[in-house]
Amino acid sequence: MSSALATPEVPVAADPTRTAAPTPASTPPEPGAVQRAGAALRPLAWRILKPSVAIVAFLALWEIAPRVGLVDEVFLPPFSTVIEAFFDLLQSGELWQHVSASLSRALIGFFVAVVIAIPLGIAIAWYRPVSDFLNPILELFRNTAALALLPVFILILGIGEESKIALVIYACTFPILLNTISGVRTVDPLLIKSASSLGLSPVRLFQKVVLPAAVPTIFTGIRMAAASSILVLIAAEMVGAKAGLGYLITASQFNFQIPNMYAGIVAISVLGLTINAVLVLIERRLSRWRV
Amino acid sequence: MSTTASNPDRVQTPKLRLEHVTKQFDVRGSKDKFTAIEDIDIDLADGEFLVLVGPSGCGKSTLLDLLGGLSTPTSGRILLDGQPVTGPGLDRGIVFQQYALLPWRTARHNIEFGLEAKGLPRKERRELAEHYLELVGLKGFGDRYPHELSGGMKQRVAIARSLAFDPEVLLMDEPFAALDAQTRESLQDELLRIWKATGKTILFITHGIDEAIYLGQRVAVLTSRPGRVKTFVDIDIDRSGEDVRSNEQFRHYRHRIWTLLHGEVERAQVIEKEEAHV
Repeated sequence: MSSALATPEVPVAADPTRTAAPTPASTPPEPGAVQRAGAALRPLAWRILKPSVAIVAFLALWEIAPRVGLVDEVFLPPFSTVIEAFFDLLQSGELWQHVSASLSRALIGFFVAVVIAIPLGIAIAWYRPVSDFLNPILELFRNTAALALLPVFILILGIGEESKIALVIYACTFPILLNTISGVRTVDPLLIKSASSLGLSPVRLFQKVVLPAAVPTIFTGIRMAAASSILVLIAAEMVGAKAGLGYLITASQFNFQIPNMYAGIVAISVLGLTINAVLVLIERRLSRWRV
Repeated sequence: MSTTASNPDRVQTPKLRLEHVTKQFDVRGSKDKFTAIEDIDIDLADGEFLVLVGPSGCGKSTLLDLLGGLSTPTSGRILLDGQPVTGPGLDRGIVFQQYALLPWRTARHNIEFGLEAKGLPRKERRELAEHYLELVGLKGFGDRYPHELSGGMKQRVAIARSLAFDPEVLLMDEPFAALDAQTRESLQDELLRIWKATGKTILFITHGIDEAIYLGQRVAVLTSRPGRVKTFVDIDIDRSGEDVRSNEQFRHYRHRIWTLLHGEVERAQVIEKEEAHV
């Protein structure tokens, strides 16, 4: 579950072993070395280019398909038209209004979920009685799709902000909670044994060993939660809202402003990518020690 | 064969004393008790290097947990400087086979870990960590994370960590078993050098006969299931020459301990096979 989200491996710069035999790379340069240096530039350019190839191809297809009549231009406007609509919305300030509405709901829900789920997860993982007591109900909730509960939230909390934020909280809580539990549970017992042999109190043991060891796993949960917060929020906004990216998309569709609808979808992609990039950056800072 | 621990030139209060230590465990789903170690009597003089060598199933993990204060003996006592051991503490330092370094801390901060537990101020911790990095030959490697270090270097860090908080006794649990042969031999030499430099009392547990003879002033041979001290062998060899492990004296000790152990190893294997059939 977490490995698919793991950050790409960064090669260790220095050779950590002192006993290692000299590698072939350290042998004196051969006559062809200069040419090879030129060749070394090619992989670099390729490394920058490679990820964008598929995206460029996709956008080109999007641009060309409506223009040559493969799809109806009314239902799928060319990418350039969508981008034009995107910048129009950006200039008029309308896009920002929707983004900020969605973002503030997502962030509030997300942070509330973090504040609830991490301490709860720690408690569940650390105290066996709590875990025995709560596990069945957690299992039940976890397997109930968040969106299925949207009508319930709307009935109880109304169509306003509360129901949407509540839904985000619900959807974010479980990935964080479950990853916190597994992070705390799977701390290497030898580290705990070694630390307790130093006479550390349970609180210090927790603070100095268990929590730092669990941070990467907890953070994987946080990233999963951030992704699902956007997902359920957009869906909720599509059902009933007066602002937000989900609202922008459905409202544009109803008013037959198809380019605007696609602009909203593009905005969601960009937002999702940005949030993920920020979290990956933080995660990398926190788990520099990981192999 | 006599199993007395006393030795004429060790009449003063021993640094570490194990007095008739026995540890039994409950067997799940049965009223029987499983005896891991039985009536272990060991005295360690101040500054002594004692090696315990035994077959698998000699109860070494049990013994280590008892010494570390992580569990209590069923009967008997463990005395450190005449005081009974009642729990874990910084008067004993344990070096584990699998290093047990905190992977999110650099080598330096790992060494500082025990010093934090001791409550030393930051500046002092830093200075001590630097000193012990140098002692174990890792000067300049303080900022490396454990995954950037080789196995031998990790174990050096672990040794430095245990020495840094200045324990009375250093307990070493097969510390070099996971290393390759060359690294192991060089770390054995390093350990002897460190032992001489610090004058620490060391209790070293191993499966390796060569390692036991090379390191120990005295070797305690353990029996298997339950673990008991079969006998003590005083080691008196000249370690200054080249390839000490091949000389006459060394081979003599090797054969003697091998003979003592051999029966135990066979017995342990028979027991293991029997259990596998059940």
